[in-house]
Amino acid sequence: MEPIAQSLLYLDNISVVFDGFRALNKLSLTIEEAEMRAIIGPNGAGKTTMMDVITGKTRPTAGEALFAGVHDLTTMDEADIAQLGIGRKFQTPTVFDMHTVEDNLLLAVKSDRRAFANISWRRTSHEKARIGELLERIRLKDQRHRKAAELSHGQKQWLEIGMLLAQEPRLLLVDEPAAGMTDQETADTADLLRDIARTRSVVVVEHDMQFVRDLDVKVTVLHEGSVLAEGSLDQVSANERVIEVYLGR
Amino acid sequence: MSLVHRLQTAMLLLAAVVLLACAAPASAQTPAAQPPSADLAPALEKIAADSYSDTEAALALLSTSTSPQAAVIVAALADGRLLIDAATKSVYVRAADGTLSAAATGATVSPAPAGLKAVRLNNRVRRAIDAASGALSLLAPEPARRAEAAAAVFKSRDAAALPTLQAAIAKETIPSVREALEQARAAILITAPGISEADRLGAVKLVTARGDQEALALLSNLPADATPAVKTTAEQGVAAINRSLAMWNVAQNVWYGLSLGSVLLLAAIGLAITFGVMGVINMAHGEMVMLGAYTTYMVQDVIRTSYPGLFGWSLAIALPLAFLFTALVGILIERLVIRFLYGRALETLLATWGLSLMLQQAVRTIFGPTNKEVGAPSWMSGAFQVGQLSITYNRLWIIVFALIVFVALLVVLKRTSLGLYVRAVTQNRRMAAAMGIRTGRIDALTFGLGSGIAGIAGVALSQIDNVSPNLGQGYIIDSFMVVVFGGVGNLWGTLVGAFTLGIANKLLEPFAGAVLGKIVLLVCIILFIQKRPRGLFALKGRAVEA
Amino acid sequence: MNGSGILDRRGTIFIVLVLAAGVLVPASNLLLSPSSPFYVSDYLVPLLGKYLCYALLAVAVDLVWGYCGVLSLGHGAFFALGGYAMGMYLMRQIGARGVYGNPVLPDFMVFLNYKELPWFWLGFNHFPFAALMVLLVPGALAFLFGWFAFRSRVTGVYLSIITQAMTFALMLAFFRNDMGFGGNNGLTDFKDILGFPITAGTTRGALFFASAIALVGGYLICRGLVVSKYGKVLVAVRDAESRTRFLGYKVANYKLLAWTLSAMLAGVAGALYVPQVGIINPGEFAPANSIETVIWVAVGGRGTLVGAALGALVVNAGKTWFTGVLPEAWLFALGALFVVVTLFLPRGIIGLWGDVSERLRKPKPDQVPEAEAPAKAAE
Ligand SMILES: Nc1ncnc2c1ncn2[C@@H]1O[C@H](COP(=O)(O)OP(=O)(O)OP(=O)(O)O)[C@@H](O)[C@H]1O
Ligand SMILES: [Mg+2]
Repeated sequence: MEPIAQSLLYLDNISVVFDGFRALNKLSLTIEEAEMRAIIGPNGAGKTTMMDVITGKTRPTAGEALFAGVHDLTTMDEADIAQLGIGRKFQTPTVFDMHTVEDNLLLAVKSDRRAFANISWRRTSHEKARIGELLERIRLKDQRHRKAAELSHGQKQWLEIGMLLAQEPRLLLVDEPAAGMTDQETADTADLLRDIARTRSVVVVEHDMQFVRDLDVKVTVLHEGSVLAEGSLDQVSANERVIEVYLGR
Repeated sequence: MSLVHRLQTAMLLLAAVVLLACAAPASAQTPAAQPPSADLAPALEKIAADSYSDTEAALALLSTSTSPQAAVIVAALADGRLLIDAATKSVYVRAADGTLSAAATGATVSPAPAGLKAVRLNNRVRRAIDAASGALSLLAPEPARRAEAAAAVFKSRDAAALPTLQAAIAKETIPSVREALEQARAAILITAPGISEADRLGAVKLVTARGDQEALALLSNLPADATPAVKTTAEQGVAAINRSLAMWNVAQNVWYGLSLGSVLLLAAIGLAITFGVMGVINMAHGEMVMLGAYTTYMVQDVIRTSYPGLFGWSLAIALPLAFLFTALVGILIERLVIRFLYGRALETLLATWGLSLMLQQAVRTIFGPTNKEVGAPSWMSGAFQVGQLSITYNRLWIIVFALIVFVALLVVLKRTSLGLYVRAVTQNRRMAAAMGIRTGRIDALTFGLGSGIAGIAGVALSQIDNVSPNLGQGYIIDSFMVVVFGGVGNLWGTLVGAFTLGIANKLLEPFAGAVLGKIVLLVCIILFIQKRPRGLFALKGRAVEA
Repeated sequence: MNGSGILDRRGTIFIVLVLAAGVLVPASNLLLSPSSPFYVSDYLVPLLGKYLCYALLAVAVDLVWGYCGVLSLGHGAFFALGGYAMGMYLMRQIGARGVYGNPVLPDFMVFLNYKELPWFWLGFNHFPFAALMVLLVPGALAFLFGWFAFRSRVTGVYLSIITQAMTFALMLAFFRNDMGFGGNNGLTDFKDILGFPITAGTTRGALFFASAIALVGGYLICRGLVVSKYGKVLVAVRDAESRTRFLGYKVANYKLLAWTLSAMLAGVAGALYVPQVGIINPGEFAPANSIETVIWVAVGGRGTLVGAALGALVVNAGKTWFTGVLPEAWLFALGALFVVVTLFLPRGIIGLWGDVSERLRKPKPDQVPEAEAPAKAAE
């Protein structure tokens, strides 16, 4: 198939209407291969809704969403989109409470997702090594046999980031990763994301401006469902209209 | 509240109709003695001969008689109370209470002469009696009896009644009775031999206008001497009647559907609160209905034994009692069991199922497993006719009642502070608690309200269903279907759901039969839920997805 | 605490006990004299066999409810369909020995003036075909139902209610005479199975043994599933369905597989049940039966498989005892059981036992995971 668009993620004129309320209004956005993008915007700007559209949770009322130039995201379901290589971390951490930390990662590790294949499944040494590596990275090695329900909020955030990494996605959507973390953890998270972005594309939504500054990437400002400004953090924070929106007038 | 107002008006009208219907049956009258009428004599002479053919001939004479005594004679003959004295050839009538009177004058005769014997009857004579009594009633002073007689003649098509009929039509002043008389004449004109084409054509038109089963039978069995023009007109008439009958048939089924829908609405509306608003799967809901029905039984039992005069009020007395009783039971259930299970919908399902088993068994132990007799006050029994539609009062009242309950509930939820609190608690329990609402109390009251409504539904259902410990079981699945189909958390959805399912069920029945129709409907609902997992009037938004 | 292999300690004990019963019960019935204290009466053998069938049904329900979060209020339908498939085989074995002596048509068909066998009765004179239908009919119905329901993401209470509607609709259908399944009376008066007289002691013993084997087999299949990665996904679906989707799992397929398999196991349970109780009628479709099954699972301990089987045995033994001693009180007891278990025993007998034994042993909190860790790594 001939790619229609060159970018990894291509959103064009996306609108989402809930009962007459426009959560997204003709939103257009492109993310390149191995690009990291920070998305900011006041509460209710439509950031999470945008992720919902990309991951197939919400169907847009109008507009086009293409992945890798060929895959029409608006017609696929969540599982297909995830299998394409789009991973997502939710705003409120959602992990599998009754599973151990290790099993949470196991479920996320890139593998055959079909039901029958998983009946006759045996843990491969590759999987074992991969999980060990991830546990190291998210600093939950000592907690590997604890149930996820028992983890602290911050630990759950890390576990979810670990699950995201385990999927080896081409595009990561990260919704407010720093919420509920200490300053040190926040900085670590920023490091981790920058590290990931060397090989993959990352979209981060965050309210914490220090964190966004640490990331040091192009910033998109959303407001009332559409793009208000785009550029470096310094550029956008000098923008008249952005100031207006954030300070309120 | 214009809707409430309109409902009130409707109720007043209904009440008026009921009163009229009760007053309608005419009181029987005892005739005083009459002077002997000249035209009776030949008839009585024939009767005294006591042969079948003479009696028949006498009846023909009597049927054109103008004497009021003629009707008395014919009625007595029909009941075997017409006696003859073989010796004197005189004829007597024995009244139902045993007193004897002379047939010709109606004057009491005592002591009774010896050797009286009843006039003998055979089938032909009986038929002649029917015709004669029909013809005589055509001239009766009471309009209701005249209309009845006209209907009888329409059925018997007895050509002998034609002259009387003509006379009656000429005299008649009440339009509806006149119409009935004319139709009776038309029936005779169509069937009797040797009637002119023009007369017959007019008659066919008239009968076509009548448009019921009997008109159909009449028009499909024309006499052999009918001319082609008459035949084609009759055929057209048959087709027209068939069409209109089909429509009435649909209307009748829609009516049954409305009735079923109102029953479903009553049963489901309480559930719409406990399930729809509170998210509690109350499997014991049906048992609340059952308890309401048993409350009615208890009330009637007390009334029968102690205050028989109050029977007409029994349902009105039972309503508040049933509401209070079942609401109390509901509050108890909520406080003792359900409040520990909020947010665990499937567990409430199991626990309340257990409660329903216990309630059923409790009622079975106390009242026994058999059906209890719950009587209907007079204003609940009987039926009236609208066109070809037959409408029973109990069904009509239940529809009205269901709508009243629905509106009342709507008002409670939308306009009262209880309703406000209920909505607040169901939407965000913690927030509501933080704002000082005593959530536990609201929960209990809401559950009590839902249960209480089930209870008054039980009062209504006791009028049309068997009151037994299993009463509730029959409604629980249907009620859930209604709530789920209509959309959880939406009272209007419940209303639409109940009537849609009721009407669909009754419209399916003629094609599929009762059981298969129900199966088809269940399958449809199953498929429907797959298409719209949250029902017809689904709540939308993020809260639902959680 | 579930072990991670197919056979943990609890499972092994369970299998050994069931198999031992499977051999000992028929043996003591056939070999011991009635005066022996260990003699199992002719009445008791099929009764216990019935319990085993219920236990298998409970295991099937637990697979979907305990591990997949699908509360089925309609598993009685699959059980009954399996039972009807077996009943149809048994009916056709009667042959000309029926009251009307018709070599092909079962008595009720002769009575209802059937001229020939309806097409769906064809083939049921062969046992292998009937056995296949025992699996296929419930399986196909479940597949169809699940295919629609899971794809449209009907979940929770809604799903429960439509499963209930399903079994209710089937009950109404089977009550009809013109369905061709014997209407009200169902199928009964069986004579023999695979050529052996159905009431003979040895046949009863063999059926009991077969039920024990089926229970163990069903348990092992379910257990194999839940300890596999498939099973982990299933639990993930139960706890956070939409999150599982975002990991790339087709949730509907996972559910559908467990659901269909569960229905087939229920069908097998029904098929073994019918020759032991000697009748199958539309009452088996009653929604109340399905709900009762759920309570067996809850009593034993949801999500443990062994607990489900245990719950079925305990509740049914209780039912037999109650209906013998205090028939009036049984529904009170059952009703109270529903309430008490949901309120006070959310993890059932197995959970209670676990809590008690844990408290008795009083391990240091950290020791348990540490002790398990090397075992897991050594896999
Ligand atoms: N399913 C839904 N139904 C109705 N409205 C919705 C739905 N999902 C989102 N919205 C509305 O769309 C708007 C955008 O919501 P969204 O969650 O995308 O904002 P956000 O930018 O992520 O905000 P925050 O920074 O607070 O997370 C909000 O006003 C929200 O109420
Ligand atoms: Mg957000």
